[in-house]
Amino acid sequence: MVIEQEKMQRLATRMVEEEVKGRSPWADARKRFLRNKAAMAGLVILILVALFALFGDMLAVWSNEELDFSVMGQVATMGAPSLENGHYFGTDDLGRDLFSRTVQGTQISLMVGIVGAGIAVIVGTLYGATAGYVGGRTDQFMMRAVDILMSVPYMFVLILLLVMFGRSIAMLFLGIGLISWLEMSRIVRGQTLSLKNREFIEAARATGVSTWKIIIRHIVPNLLGVVAVYATLLVPLMILTESFISFLGLGVQEPLTSWGALISEGAGTMNYGTLWQLAFPLFFFVITLFGFFFVGDGLRDALDPKDR
Amino acid sequence: MTRPLLDVRDLRVTFHIRREGDLPWTQPRELHAVGGVDFSLAPGETLGVVGESGCGKSTLARALIGLVPAEGQAEWIDGKDLIGLSPRQMMKYRNDIQMVFQDPLASLNPRMTVGQIIAEPLTTHHPGLKRAEVKERVKAMMEKVGLLPNQINRYPHEFSGGQCQRIGIARALIVEPKLIICDEPVSALDVSIQAQVINLLIRLQRELGLALIFIAHDLSVVKHISDRVMVLYLGRVMEIASSDDLYAAPQHPYTQALLSAVPVPDPAHDMAASVVPLAGDLPSPLAPPSGCVFRTRCPRATERCAAEVPVLSGAGHQTACHFPGPLTEAEIAFARRTEAA
Repeated sequence: MVIEQEKMQRLATRMVEEEVKGRSPWADARKRFLRNKAAMAGLVILILVALFALFGDMLAVWSNEELDFSVMGQVATMGAPSLENGHYFGTDDLGRDLFSRTVQGTQISLMVGIVGAGIAVIVGTLYGATAGYVGGRTDQFMMRAVDILMSVPYMFVLILLLVMFGRSIAMLFLGIGLISWLEMSRIVRGQTLSLKNREFIEAARATGVSTWKIIIRHIVPNLLGVVAVYATLLVPLMILTESFISFLGLGVQEPLTSWGALISEGAGTMNYGTLWQLAFPLFFFVITLFGFFFVGDGLRDALDPKDR
Repeated sequence: MTRPLLDVRDLRVTFHIRREGDLPWTQPRELHAVGGVDFSLAPGETLGVVGESGCGKSTLARALIGLVPAEGQAEWIDGKDLIGLSPRQMMKYRNDIQMVFQDPLASLNPRMTVGQIIAEPLTTHHPGLKRAEVKERVKAMMEKVGLLPNQINRYPHEFSGGQCQRIGIARALIVEPKLIICDEPVSALDVSIQAQVINLLIRLQRELGLALIFIAHDLSVVKHISDRVMVLYLGRVMEIASSDDLYAAPQHPYTQALLSAVPVPDPAHDMAASVVPLAGDLPSPLAPPSGCVFRTRCPRATERCAAEVPVLSGAGHQTACHFPGPLTEAEIAFARRTEAA
């Protein structure tokens, strides 16, 4: 009996003192995500691509601006990828090192993708959640504004912007940012409408929590799952848009470059037997898109396991 | 008589219904979810509200707390009318009136820890409180409602239904309100858990001197907890009386039919012999019957019932019926015949 009592005492003190750590819905989702092999492979690819963008310059023998005069004019024969002369990915038509050009292109393309998706997440989520939660006239007005903006052919606007205000990376960000949040705000609004009538929102309203705090504290955290999934699928979309613009010759300007610009150059010269100029940028482009799609799929499965 | 905590006079909630495809200038149809409810509630008293689904019980609760717009009058103990207050003016009273919801899990934000959920009313109404102090009060409250305070960092999905309802009760109690409106707090729970939660509510009410408005469709639960009971039908009060009075001697035919349907825990009891059936369905609140709203299903209805709206009358035991009194054998037989037909 004495031992029993001691045991009970210990148990009692343990129950009183230690605070049990809760298992949040996010922790559950993380566990499911980590178990998903395809998503993990996608994540590893993305990390490798990101590392390549960040630290690729350190491996490069040539800078992205230098012309290698020894291969100039005979790129098709001398400019092929080789470890000896330091052009790991070969050279482009002008004799610039394709490895460091690809590093630079990766940096720009990833930045465009992430900034575009970032704008979409922040603006789209707040806009959609506000419209959905406030409802009524405000909702009508805000969503019709989105409809009108969506009905304008965005590629046309983007091209006009770039032509009128000059081709600059800032203008490209602005243009992509302007269009990217529209779809997101619609998705978020729909989700908000279904959340809005849940009892915990009503409980918060009954106790007098302000509208803004309800949106930030109760609506947005419950939306983040959908938003995260959509954002990961939006990044490749942004990259594709930028690449398309650059492919048309309207995107980033020399000496800057991006995957789209590199692929465009490579496609232009592939008849002369310099296939590596197309293959390397295309390879990075494709694996990154695959990586994002796999991660997006994995996130969706992890965040709403019921929807599978 | 002491001043009532809450004095409700002619409370009405009207929803404007627009049908799909209505043109913008057509008049929306009016749905009277609550059509003129009167009652008063003394401090520390429990008022049970019963009625079948769709009779306006929950709407009444939401109107009192300002979640749906209402008309009429609801006078708080300090003489202020709660109906039609601006959100800023209402803020002061939200501290005094709290609500416990029907679905225990759905009324808790799944992304917040229990500590954050319980603390929310406190941090909303007393923004100056220090974190440590909030945490201490949350823990004390968790202990009071029978939760382990060391589970403060857990999430709602890690608790059972009964525990979730305790969390909901803790959230309502943390700001030390004077009135708690319980909207079917136990109908989503198992019977054994129901008893626990109800006894918890009764104990807390005694300790803290709370007034309760207890909405339920389970008549035996209401009998157990309430001092007085109000019977609603189609948004109107049919009968209000002290709990003992109402269950012992119901005066309104509807109350009698309702009470006759309560299961009796006795296998020898013949339900079919005691129950008074009601013919037909609840009429649509979009087009309520003229006069007494219950007349379409009442075995005692006469022409006067169709012409004249009965007013709630009587001292103590109030009934809204032109012909109150126990149903006779003939009337019960008549009700059975029309039900069978």
